[in-house]
Amino acid sequence: MTDLCEGGMEDLWSIAVVLLQVWFSVMIGFIMIPAMFGLSLGVTSVYIQILVKILEWATLRIERGHRERSTLPVPAPLPFGLIQREGGSMEQEMGELRRYRTQSISRGEFALSDSFYFYIKGLESIVDDQVTQRFSSEELVSWNLLTRTNHNFHYISLRLTIIWGLGVIIRYCVLFPLRITLAIIGLTWLVIGTTLVGFLPNNRLKNWLSELVHLMCYRICARGLSATIQYHNKENKPQKGGICVANHTSPIDIVILANDGCYAMVGQSHGGLMGVIQRSMVRSCPHVWFERSEMRDRNAVTSRLRAHVAAKTNLPILIFPEGTCINNTSVMMFKKGSFEIGGTIYPVAIKYDPRFGDAFWNSAKYNMVNYLLRMMTSWAIVVNVWYLPPMTRREGEDAAQFANRVKSAIAHQGGLLDMAWDGSLKRAKVKEEFKEQQQKMYSSMVMGKKAPANA
Amino acid sequence: MGSTNSTLSKIPNVEELMQETGFTPAHIVRLYDRFEALDKEKTGHLRPQDFGAINRLAMNPIGDRIIGAFFSPGQETVDFHSFVRILAHFRPADKKRPKDPSMPEPVNSRTSKLKFAFQLYDQDKDGKISRAELLQVLRSMLEMQVTEEQLESIADRTIQEADLDKDDAISFEEFRKSLEKVNIDHKMSIRFLR
Repeated sequence: MTDLCEGGMEDLWSIAVVLLQVWFSVMIGFIMIPAMFGLSLGVTSVYIQILVKILEWATLRIERGHRERSTLPVPAPLPFGLIQREGGSMEQEMGELRRYRTQSISRGEFALSDSFYFYIKGLESIVDDQVTQRFSSEELVSWNLLTRTNHNFHYISLRLTIIWGLGVIIRYCVLFPLRITLAIIGLTWLVIGTTLVGFLPNNRLKNWLSELVHLMCYRICARGLSATIQYHNKENKPQKGGICVANHTSPIDIVILANDGCYAMVGQSHGGLMGVIQRSMVRSCPHVWFERSEMRDRNAVTSRLRAHVAAKTNLPILIFPEGTCINNTSVMMFKKGSFEIGGTIYPVAIKYDPRFGDAFWNSAKYNMVNYLLRMMTSWAIVVNVWYLPPMTRREGEDAAQFANRVKSAIAHQGGLLDMAWDGSLKRAKVKEEFKEQQQKMYSSMVMGKKAPANA
Repeated sequence: MGSTNSTLSKIPNVEELMQETGFTPAHIVRLYDRFEALDKEKTGHLRPQDFGAINRLAMNPIGDRIIGAFFSPGQETVDFHSFVRILAHFRPADKKRPKDPSMPEPVNSRTSKLKFAFQLYDQDKDGKISRAELLQVLRSMLEMQVTEEQLESIADRTIQEADLDKDDAISFEEFRKSLEKVNIDHKMSIRFLR
């Protein structure tokens, strides 16, 4: 009797395993094949909509159910923080303030209304320092619990805990294995594909195949993160021989951008797995990898990049001028090095939807592996990418000013705050310098084009 | 942080505050949360240092004056009511409010906003912006970027333009006149989202 049972159990088990394998491969196939050909079954967007509805319902229902009844109405959630800010630059705003003056103003004039600009900016910063406030504060706690991976568990209510538990199971046991598999497949394919293509002689076929291989790999990786990417203004896509410049939030930015076009990557050559990938990528089309020692010599770096850009058939270079990952609410100072190379700059603004968790890589807090793990166990990543019209350096504009101009354009488009401080100073508290910068900007408006006198 | 309604019940005289300032309950709650966030030591009051901790404010050339606007002369702390009352000046004008001369001027009217801006310049509150006071503001906004002579000539030009009764100072009426074409409501308002 027991023998029969055991035999039965084993059969059941092996059937289960087979079913699991079949299901797995079907899923992978379903996801990979359209990805390879750039088609979308539209599954991801439907998935995200359903997800949002379920999570919102869960959050609001549970929280509202616990509210005390009261005569005062419940406030509606405010999606973009407490206040609406004017997006214009200092020049724009002051110009508008001064428009009432009847005599024509040369650029060198002071107006009593100039101080209003600073006054309002100051008050705005007192009222609201944050960017996203989708829910009331306790609703936000519930929402965070359900959507973010690394949130410390608070006990709020039984219902919420159950839903949270379900969410964790789905994310870690269903989505995560799927995503890891996809990522591995994608990267393996990249290495194999580029190596194979590398054997071909340099001709148009090779370039076309190389682009295809790269695209496929990145698309698979993007599916591996359940990333939904919306590209805007595709007519401004970076062309060959140009430089693509974008704001930096996470290492995933590369996958996001490369999903829609081929870029030449720039970076430090690493050893290990990264090194293998880097070396094979170079085989099929030129990327620019620097040895650590070369990175110190700015001239060497600039001239290599210049050479790459000058060969008009090379893919556009992808550079992140902030130099470090910034939390996706602002754009920090662009290092001017990228802007000294010459050529046409194609700015791109990347904005992650904060509803599903923080895509920002805080390199001080998490290392790369930890970070990728977090990304892969989150529900989804929703990104908006805007291609901005190309810019070139104007006559009499130095690299730093050009960098600022590009930065403002990107910040404005992405709805990000245009911050003046250097990304590398994000932990330091240097305030005097930045007040001085504001003063400098203002003084050039008041004094006109004359060079400011030294005090 | 408690639920919305329990937050409102924590604030004494909240109905009166809403009447006076015109903020909705939602605004009051958010401002209260903001107030609590700034009040790091949980004293129930804000001091100038609490404002100073706001990075963007420290970056602002006239940041100190803005902070000063929250503290009445002689006071070293500001409580929630005063905080809200001062911010209420910067609400956009209520377009639907009928012009009723018997009712007191609403706190966010154009004149109110202008008065507030005037006080930014007129630190000693004598009702006039003297040359020295104007120079002080200019100095804050321009500091090391221009020479003292340049500052003085700018101040002279500005007073010349605005000073109608030739007393070498700008009174509130002259201030108001010189800014009559500026859309104060648009430029001096903090647009609170509903």
